[in-house]
Amino acid sequence: MENKDLNSPGYEIPDDMQGVVSITTMDRIYNWGRRSSVWPLMFGLACCAIEMICTAASRYDFSRFGMEVMRPSPRQADMMLVSGTVTKKMAPTIVRLYNQMPEPKYVVAMGACASGGGPFKEGYNVVSGVDKLIPVDVYVPGCPPTPQALINGLIKLQELIDTQSIKQVRWYQKGELAAVPIPILGPDLIYQRDIPAIHDAGKEA
Amino acid sequence: MYGKGILKGLGVTLKRFVNTYVDDLKWLGKRYYTAEGLAHRSSKDASGIFTVQYPEEKLPVPEEFRFIPFLVYDETEEGNEIRCTSCGICAKVCPPQCIWIVRTSDPKTGRPVPAPADFTIDADICMNCGLCSEYCPFDAIKMDHDYEIASYGRTVYGLEDLMKPASYYAEIRPINNSIEEAARKAKEEAKAAKAAARAAKAAQ
Amino acid sequence: MATPIEAPTLDFSSRFPEGVVADERKGFEGYIVDADKLIEFATALRDEFGYDYLSSVTGVDYVAEEMLEVVYHAYKTIGGAGLVYKVQVARDKAEVPSLYDVFPGADFQEREAWDLMGIKFTGHPDLRRILLWEGFDGHPLRKDWQEAYYEADVKPFKSRWPEGNFYRSEEKVDYKANVKYPGNFDPEKWVPEGEDALYGSLAKYEDTDTSGLKTDHITVNLGPQHPSTHGVFRIAATLDGETIMNMKPVMGYLHRNHEKIGERNTYLQNMPFTDRLDYLSSMSNNFGYALAVEKLMNIEVPERAEYIRVLMAELTRVQNHLFAIGMFLNDLGAFFTPSLYAIEERELVLDIFEMVSGSRMMCNYFRFGGLARDLPEGALTMIRGLAFERLPRKVDEMDRFLSDNEILRSRTVGQGYLSAEDAIRYSAAGPMLRASGVPYDIRRADPYSIYDRFDFNVAVRQNGDIFDRYIIRLDEIRESLRIIQQAVEQIPEGPIQTGKPQYQVRVPAGESYGRVEGPKGELGFYVVSDGKANPYRYHVRAPSFINLTAFGPMCQGLKIADVVAVLGSIDIVLGETDR
Repeated sequence: MENKDLNSPGYEIPDDMQGVVSITTMDRIYNWGRRSSVWPLMFGLACCAIEMICTAASRYDFSRFGMEVMRPSPRQADMMLVSGTVTKKMAPTIVRLYNQMPEPKYVVAMGACASGGGPFKEGYNVVSGVDKLIPVDVYVPGCPPTPQALINGLIKLQELIDTQSIKQVRWYQKGELAAVPIPILGPDLIYQRDIPAIHDAGKEA
Repeated sequence: MYGKGILKGLGVTLKRFVNTYVDDLKWLGKRYYTAEGLAHRSSKDASGIFTVQYPEEKLPVPEEFRFIPFLVYDETEEGNEIRCTSCGICAKVCPPQCIWIVRTSDPKTGRPVPAPADFTIDADICMNCGLCSEYCPFDAIKMDHDYEIASYGRTVYGLEDLMKPASYYAEIRPINNSIEEAARKAKEEAKAAKAAARAAKAAQ
Repeated sequence: MATPIEAPTLDFSSRFPEGVVADERKGFEGYIVDADKLIEFATALRDEFGYDYLSSVTGVDYVAEEMLEVVYHAYKTIGGAGLVYKVQVARDKAEVPSLYDVFPGADFQEREAWDLMGIKFTGHPDLRRILLWEGFDGHPLRKDWQEAYYEADVKPFKSRWPEGNFYRSEEKVDYKANVKYPGNFDPEKWVPEGEDALYGSLAKYEDTDTSGLKTDHITVNLGPQHPSTHGVFRIAATLDGETIMNMKPVMGYLHRNHEKIGERNTYLQNMPFTDRLDYLSSMSNNFGYALAVEKLMNIEVPERAEYIRVLMAELTRVQNHLFAIGMFLNDLGAFFTPSLYAIEERELVLDIFEMVSGSRMMCNYFRFGGLARDLPEGALTMIRGLAFERLPRKVDEMDRFLSDNEILRSRTVGQGYLSAEDAIRYSAAGPMLRASGVPYDIRRADPYSIYDRFDFNVAVRQNGDIFDRYIIRLDEIRESLRIIQQAVEQIPEGPIQTGKPQYQVRVPAGESYGRVEGPKGELGFYVVSDGKANPYRYHVRAPSFINLTAFGPMCQGLKIADVVAVLGSIDIVLGETDR
């Protein structure tokens, strides 16, 4: 850890104290801690998952960013890397996993499919992007993004974490954080927010 | 002996472990953050630490590497001239149909003009297959090498975002570019020769 | 070129005086069998004529003729050309007798045809939806079924050019998403079906408990999010203690509607989509699809292109098996070291793919009648370096590293047994079939491309257990390297494409079945053309999917921890399983 990342500008450290003392802000040290140990959820969906594995493997090795601890349990994960096509059959599971992750949590949509449906968008079993289900922080285009492109996205996520302030982050605000309603598998995927509209349409017909 | 197989396997890992130091010493100071060190680490003789230290050093992409398409324009004295004639072949051949083109028409005559009025590529659908650039008869749409385009929102490219100069194209794909240049030149020469022959015939 | 499925000189007229007639439509082949004669015919084919291997079962919806057709492709495990037979039924009363009892390998394929086509297989013991969920509205592969984002029957879409004003599909549909509901659907009165059908069928098993303790059996779900299910695969199992009493794989969590989209695409547009089937081995997917369409178009491939194709297909096999071994060891609990070693070698192969085709995984390199482009300078040197020097050394190292390991052996030797007879009955393919002692490799049994020119052995192992399914992959890597070494030496100069590259190919009407020996097993593409720019029917015989048919029976009686090992040894890729 170099001083320049942590030292807060605006305070002069006397020469004889250089390298001994650091002056920083709460936000900086809080974000520095979080951005350096973003644990991803071990969760692969499709083609992009293979590139995600390659990113975790020795050549690209995202443990250099403190991300190698892939957790199979959502309870221990900080980041969900949605790596691949989100299908309707899988949608309830993804939302459930997201809800089970503790705050602070981040979502990276890896690849075209997770970002906006991708080449399979027109398919009857495909959700047009995971942002239809859960909020997404970083989008990584590409089909599939190469490991270096993915790391570029992960660096973007770290930059995003750097901009957050402990006073404003949603998980320290008053009140409960609402869980995302889980979609239901009916004759087609049913988003709970649509239920009144579907009910009215059914009546008219 | 029970456990011999495990020991044999552990021998392999030990050898690999030692190798990392041996290789580091062999390439002292040059193994990381240099082009030849990187080439060594991705060659058939690679041993020891295999990691590419992205983002400090980047694995060079091969010429054929393809990511999102872009549109090529020529820088001429009269200004930038886009190569695209909005013929629509790329939009027709695109497998996930992520290319949208609006053709320009002359406001007076209403006839089509060979330039796109608007050109959109939805990067959230694009499958990077490269068919558009492969079948473009005007060498106007090409696959980019720039993969560092992660963002905080969905990505849709309009005409302005897609335009890149021919010099950029020549830089990322020198071999393809020289082949295409030669073909274009030959075509123009043939055209000129034909025109000259016709002129000569008319003069007779 | 693949050898076409010749109409064999079989005379069924004496054995079946009625109910079996030759298919005489132009471009079509094989026999049309009456529905009530089907089981008798299939049994006779298996027992009397030697067609003991049912490769593919699929349906075609001939909507204009008001007819659904079930197409069966049968082969002999001793090698040779295949035989096609079909059953035709009316569209509104689609019932066909199930071949489950004759060929248990038809199990999942019939369920898929029921799910997507709505063909009812009478006598099938467990006819549930397989890729979609119970309660889904309609059968999507029927030609008159349209999804919410439906725009037109075929591509290219008119809205893209010349007035291609950009919009997103979701802006044009109700609910701003890719969903639609039947007209009278009311979610407030609707009762979800849930997964009663799955648990109902899971409860059907013989209780072999003789201890008299009457312990309760429990049902456990593994997946769809689970670190050792290779993606979004789910296993539902009933356990007595830790012992599996009954187990059903549940799939479809990555069902991306490959076939429906494939019927809308033009022939060429399907090529990059095949990359995403078995996303570990895109080159061999390209190969199978190119073979099927070339057979229909009846075109030859230049010599150099054939060699490059073989080189790429074999490199694909090498990197796929490396990855498979690595992930299999992960499943056994040897977390990461073996797989990291394997992925390291795979990266070097991917470098070649990236250099040649432009993409590491989604190569999209084959074209009808050739290839997209020639090998770039330096590619052959790289292949040579890997095939002659590095990979043989590294495979030996892998062998030394793992094969004698006592923990690996005690977990795999004798476990997850599949006999040769069962492997054939369940239509298992690829390494799984050969590890059970059946020397069936399409590169030998029914040679395509130029595989008849190379000297290689068909890797076979006799025990049919998990260990053999692991070690056979090392054998196959070695054999593939032999092929690559020969191909690199023999590759001639010359063109790489027949005719001019075209984006709109002319494909005469007819049907064809192109199959290759993919790394996972027999990968088949069944294409029906009606002479237009888009395939009328496009079906993939996916080895990962069909190999799973034997998964449930193989696991009965095993401990739950071994199920993961068995799954790892089958080596599935979900993109292909669910398509």
